[in-house]
Amino acid sequence: MIRSLRSELRKISTTRSWWVLALILFGWVGLNAAGIAALGSVLVDQSGGMVGPESIPPLVYSTVTAVGYVFPLLFGALASTAEFRHQTLTPTFLATPRRGRVLGGKVGAGLIWGVVFGVVGVAASVGVGALVLQLTGVHPDLGSADNLALIARAAIAMALWAVVGVALGVLLPNQVAVIVVVLAFTQFLEPLLRLAANFWEWTAAIGRFLPGAATDALVGSSIYALIAGGAADALEWWQGGLVLGGYAVLFLAIGGLTTWRRDVT
Amino acid sequence: MTGAVIEIQSLTKRFGGTTAVDDLSFRVEPGVVTGFLGPNGAGKTTTLRSLLGLVRPTSGRATFDGRAYTELADPLGTVGTALEAASFHPGRSGRDHLRVAAAAAGIRDSRVDEVLAWVGLADAARRRVGGYSLGMRQRLGLAFALLGDPGALVLDEPINGLDPEGIRWIRVFLRDLAAEGRTVLVSSHLLSEVQQTVDRVVIISHGRLAYEGTLDGLESGAVARVRVDAADRDALARALAASGAVVEAAADGLRVSGVDAERIGSLAFAAGVPLKLLVPEREGLEDVFLEIVGEGEIR
Ligand SMILES: Nc1ncnc2c1ncn2[C@@H]1O[C@H](COP(=O)(O)OP(=O)(O)O)[C@@H](O)[C@H]1O
Ligand SMILES: [Mg+2]
Repeated sequence: MIRSLRSELRKISTTRSWWVLALILFGWVGLNAAGIAALGSVLVDQSGGMVGPESIPPLVYSTVTAVGYVFPLLFGALASTAEFRHQTLTPTFLATPRRGRVLGGKVGAGLIWGVVFGVVGVAASVGVGALVLQLTGVHPDLGSADNLALIARAAIAMALWAVVGVALGVLLPNQVAVIVVVLAFTQFLEPLLRLAANFWEWTAAIGRFLPGAATDALVGSSIYALIAGGAADALEWWQGGLVLGGYAVLFLAIGGLTTWRRDVT
Repeated sequence: MTGAVIEIQSLTKRFGGTTAVDDLSFRVEPGVVTGFLGPNGAGKTTTLRSLLGLVRPTSGRATFDGRAYTELADPLGTVGTALEAASFHPGRSGRDHLRVAAAAAGIRDSRVDEVLAWVGLADAARRRVGGYSLGMRQRLGLAFALLGDPGALVLDEPINGLDPEGIRWIRVFLRDLAAEGRTVLVSSHLLSEVQQTVDRVVIISHGRLAYEGTLDGLESGAVARVRVDAADRDALARALAASGAVVEAAADGLRVSGVDAERIGSLAFAAGVPLKLLVPEREGLEDVFLEIVGEGEIR
């Protein structure tokens, strides 16, 4: 398993996709963090005390997951589907014929690279966000335990999303199909579902288990959670993490029993 | 070094309605180069992929010294493999491709540079595989096969796409590996491609075994014929046919089978027909091969 993990880590470090995605992640999260920080400081000034300055930094710092989780997700999915697309499953399974071990190595490598994405994303949301807050006169509040915990949990969420991506790529080995599914779901379908879920109490109870909602629960804040409001009680942060992990386990189990066992011809 | 004995036992593989391999059994011994032959679509690749645990056989077994590939403690150190249409990530360098495999098999990185130099890819090692020629990919595939210094080598059409210099090189290389006591199994759809390299051949057709044995044995299966001619061709044909020979008329004389040249000479002498040509002919190995695999009559 350790050998498999090392091999999988090398597979990622020897191709370009990780740093291309990490670079876009940094830019996109940085942009959003800066925008929300600037907007937030205006809001604090104009609201005449209605919006407290302490409510802005969590929103800014959580942009890493609010707008950035699609990147580790795509990264993980691309890492898995590349093996099918370039038929590198042949050398992979020749070197490690026990396919379960390969899967274990992939999950481990996904988690580790996911932490890298978490660090890059946090560097953008906190680095750029705190700077803009400072410049616009809102205290970045980086010393607060709540904010530090939020930042750490956001990094964990990013790592989990990379694993969900790895698992999804095993379940749906067609690279084009998985990109379409990821973009359609995260950018369009899920935000709609989360809004719609709030119409009734029972749908809201289910809506908490949508992956994006679970992420917000894990992180503890997000601009989406603010917009959507909360008819039902949000999950605890650790429950959010378990839900994300649950998606990964579910995809891995189905993929592992289907596409992963197929003949490699 | 003694390589593992490869054993294919009653192997059958169906893809939906197609039977790619049909109750196939044969053995491959160490110390010699064994050719695995058959026309395109005969089931060579499917057999080799079943042997390597990449394809799940419908029934039967394929083993190295009695163990399935998936049960080997050190797969790359036991069997080296270069499969047809070897698959590489185009964005990864040749060296990194091997480093990925080396990490998975617990092989030290310095071995990667060794095998790259061995197959003549030292200069291209850090370039992306996407820019490699077919011949370079074949060499990289061979480097992968050699990575674990394995006792057995399973190579699917390794000569395909090599330049003439590469073909000479690989022939010597395979013979050297077998001389060291390794098991070498090389597939090809052309007998002529491996004829000078192999000691034994396993020939399959439509997924079934058609011949297993030495090249000499294959040659002795060739039909012997004699080309013969006389000024009075008709008289000669009558005399030969009367003694039970099979006679075929051709533009440049008669083609006779069933009797040898010596017997034809005495038959002609007895019939009082002076000969002007008497040439024993042998079918080429390639013709025998095509006949065995059932494509001879199509031509
Ligand atoms: N994945 C597959 N699905 C369906 N049929 C296949 C598959 N792989 C091979 N075949 C069929 O099995 C037969 C044997 O193919 P193959 O083993 O590639 O032969 P060879 O390597 O001797 O050319 C062919 O008829 C081929 O079409
Ligand atoms: Mg083939």
